[in-house]
Amino acid sequence: MRQVTIPSVPLLEVHAVRRAFPKPDGSELLVLDGVDLSVTEGQIVGLLGRSGSGKSTLLRLIAGLARPTSGRISYLGRPVSGPAAGIAMVFQGFALFPWLTVLENVQIGLEALGLPEPEIRQRALAAIDLIGLDGFESAYPRELSGGMRQRVGFARGLVVHPNILLMDEPFSALDVLTAETLRTDFLDLWGRGQLPIKAVILVTHNIEEAVLMCDRVLVFSTNPGRIVSEIKVDLPHPRDRVDPVFSDLVERIYVALTARPVSPARTARLDSILPRISTTLLAGLADTLAAPPYEGAADLPALASALHMEVDDLFHVAETLQSLRFAEVEGGDIRLTEAGKRFAVAPLDEAKALFQRHLLAHVPLAAHIRRVLDERESHTAPRTRFLDELEDHMTPQAAEQTLDAVVGWGRYAEAFAYDDDLQQFSLENPS
Amino acid sequence: MLEQPEVRPVSAQKSLRDLSRWDLLAAILVVGLLVFLAQASRGLTQPLDVLESSPISLDPIHLPWYAARTTLRMLVALLLSLVFTFTYATWAAKSRRAGLVLVPVLDILQSVPVLGFISVTVVFFMALAPGRVLGAEFAAVFAIFTSQAWNMAFSFYQSLRTVPEELIEASRCFRFTAWMRFWRVEVPFAMPALVWNMMMSMSGGWFFVVASEAISVGDTTITLPGVGSYIARAIAERDLAAVAWAIGAMLVVILAYDQLLFRPLVAWADRFRFEQEAGVAPPRSWVLTAFRGSRLRAWLSAALGAAWRRTFRVRARPEGASTTGPDEAARSWRDRLWGTLVLVIAALALWRIAEFVVEGVSLSEVATAVGLGLATLARVLVLIALASVIWVPVGVRVGLNLRLARIVQPAAQFMAAFPANVLFPIVVSAIVAFRLNPDVWLSPLMILGTQWYILFNVIAGASALPSELRDVGTNLGVGGWLWWRKIALPGIFPYYVTGAIAASGGSWNASIVAEVASWGDQRLQARGLGAYIARATEAGDYHRIVLGIAVMSLFVVIINRAFWRPLYWHAERKFRLG
Repeated sequence: MRQVTIPSVPLLEVHAVRRAFPKPDGSELLVLDGVDLSVTEGQIVGLLGRSGSGKSTLLRLIAGLARPTSGRISYLGRPVSGPAAGIAMVFQGFALFPWLTVLENVQIGLEALGLPEPEIRQRALAAIDLIGLDGFESAYPRELSGGMRQRVGFARGLVVHPNILLMDEPFSALDVLTAETLRTDFLDLWGRGQLPIKAVILVTHNIEEAVLMCDRVLVFSTNPGRIVSEIKVDLPHPRDRVDPVFSDLVERIYVALTARPVSPARTARLDSILPRISTTLLAGLADTLAAPPYEGAADLPALASALHMEVDDLFHVAETLQSLRFAEVEGGDIRLTEAGKRFAVAPLDEAKALFQRHLLAHVPLAAHIRRVLDERESHTAPRTRFLDELEDHMTPQAAEQTLDAVVGWGRYAEAFAYDDDLQQFSLENPS
Repeated sequence: MLEQPEVRPVSAQKSLRDLSRWDLLAAILVVGLLVFLAQASRGLTQPLDVLESSPISLDPIHLPWYAARTTLRMLVALLLSLVFTFTYATWAAKSRRAGLVLVPVLDILQSVPVLGFISVTVVFFMALAPGRVLGAEFAAVFAIFTSQAWNMAFSFYQSLRTVPEELIEASRCFRFTAWMRFWRVEVPFAMPALVWNMMMSMSGGWFFVVASEAISVGDTTITLPGVGSYIARAIAERDLAAVAWAIGAMLVVILAYDQLLFRPLVAWADRFRFEQEAGVAPPRSWVLTAFRGSRLRAWLSAALGAAWRRTFRVRARPEGASTTGPDEAARSWRDRLWGTLVLVIAALALWRIAEFVVEGVSLSEVATAVGLGLATLARVLVLIALASVIWVPVGVRVGLNLRLARIVQPAAQFMAAFPANVLFPIVVSAIVAFRLNPDVWLSPLMILGTQWYILFNVIAGASALPSELRDVGTNLGVGGWLWWRKIALPGIFPYYVTGAIAASGGSWNASIVAEVASWGDQRLQARGLGAYIARATEAGDYHRIVLGIAVMSLFVVIINRAFWRPLYWHAERKFRLG
């Protein structure tokens, strides 16, 4: 069944791949730019980056689910022009068919290959056995826990004996303990050579997961997605999280991730895409940083693990604090500014007033909305007015998200009011 | 609920040795169906004269036979609707260009009063099979089809457009062919909504089957053997006992459909629900249990399933990456060609319509039709308001009482399926006896069958009200009118709107039957667009029929766009819980 490859030919080669979407104003939104990558037999390659870094997009290009705008992807020396027979995928949300039993879900990939029924059955049962799903063959996905569901996802991917298994954040929808069990089980099977696959490409935003599983970690930058550094992990399996080498690697990747995108000079522009971060979360992070043991400054990796947060989520909050000039982020560290400390300790009214000043001074979109409302005789403006403006620079989805973010902050700051029924901004808060 | 695995090792010998009692039951059901089909279709190829030589008899002994014929018509129409759904809706969802035209066309078709169709189509179908019963049967089946197909197609189209992206990606990643994806991903995903809409369609269909069996267009009068013709005859002969028998037969038929077809379908379709939480108790059906327990069935379905799966392997062409199609220029050029084609066809159609109207309809006639439309509109609005005032409080009370809801909910659905026109004779004789004003008292007939939509939607809404919200109300001591205004009514609002839309649409349709009613030689008429269309149909005046239908469609479309749809979106946005 397995295709024989000459070891010198890489399984997969990605060369100068670029992916862009046209924007309404005629320019392009660049998602991936100049990506080079080569995967050879026996490797687990990690693609690590924040959301919006295009790592999932790259995975879909490799899977043949989409095509690059330019550049070349070849699998076993042949260009990828659609889903290839030797590449299978495990999905973040499992993507199981709820109307099929575990056995049927695993069989379905083989059915599509058109194999004879006895072989389908025998191979599916073998995969179920391998992945530890014995006894669940006739269960429906809705009867299973998240961890068992993802096991079905793995079995379904493995049963077609792919050369490359693509994994799109396969553990991120699971709780911490379950994720750890699945990771360990997978690495165990991989290490003993029991998996019918030759290489794995793992997309993740969890740095520890990348260091725990991968032989190579490719770190992506954001807007556009580029590979900013490649870090080799030579530690033997099973890897030990408390090993100083392990934490050094984690720290190095943190620095690589924070180095470019979150520079101190960074200022939000009118057309920046803003994350929907609640003001409660912003205040919460500021409070935590201001209090002992941090006393105003913290190491991001340590902070993330203390708060049980994913790198991605923590970054967005830290970055928002930074663009409001409440904090500075540099080299994997975060430090509160003087204003940030005051924001953390001041009573609610004062904190809100401070937040309003910083919002209007440092978030151009908020200032813009306020200015428009001030200038208009009616002191009102429809949502679409700003949405249209934003959509000239970003996708409609990103525009909605950005405007919603500013609505949330503006309401908290009492900088302006928003009526969702009328879809209208105004200066009047109900008194 | 652990079910039998679909594929299991069943050898023929084993299954023959272990025949279970479920096998017997299943076999009886299947053979019974075959016999029924064979008997019911026997009369189809007879010449038309047979109908005249053997007129409808009011002897109740013939009723089972009539009921069987009526039921068969429903079944054929439902199958046709399914075929239509799988083709039309799929085409609309898969082809961007076709969708641009097909979706709005479906939307309009949904608003056209189906009963008006019958007279127009009957002539066409009679011409297809001249002198044969088959032609008239076609016409009747088509009438039922037009009352069933549209909402099924719409539901399927919407399901196809909302298949979760990850499932599509998984199916492409594992290289399903388009054919395999349709049957393995898209149809299963659409199934729960489709089954629900089939039930709704069936309810609507009963109404029309009764109206479409005894058709008289101008000089042509056709009475097909069936419950509808039986009722028509009973009315003509003022035979109340016969009407009662017909009602009884109808109840039995609807009950049989419910137990033998829809309950099993609903229970079976439950596994296709996409929400993966193990929620409330799944629906059950003894028929489905019988079939699931049957080894013969398991053996058959395994064999058929294997054969079916073989078709999945036929690979017309490898599935490529579909995101980047032909280049922009070629696409926009083809778009323009398509747009031009559609415009040309529309222009031709418009010209034909204008020609048709100009030669037979005066401007004052149009004004009359619009005026009558306003009268019917007033009736519909008043009736919906009245039904709401009555059924919303009842529905909320019932919905909050889980035990009561479990009894009343199926009963309301059953009432909705019951063709209200069967009850017309009773109402008409009452109006005649008490010398009431038909303009007022004929109106309730319009909503007799459709008011239940409001009731069962409100019940569903009230039972879906989170108990936490109710607890907060109790905790804060919210009671009386405040409770209704702030908790109950907002909670059920989206459900209520859904029900009211269905009720309103159905009432327009029913007006064609309800605004003119007769009992023997006594004839009652209300002033309204429905009566206008009914009169035109009787007179065989095609110009007025088309005008009436067009005006009514226009009213329905305008009211849907200007009132119901905005209300629905408002409800969706503001009050949808969770």
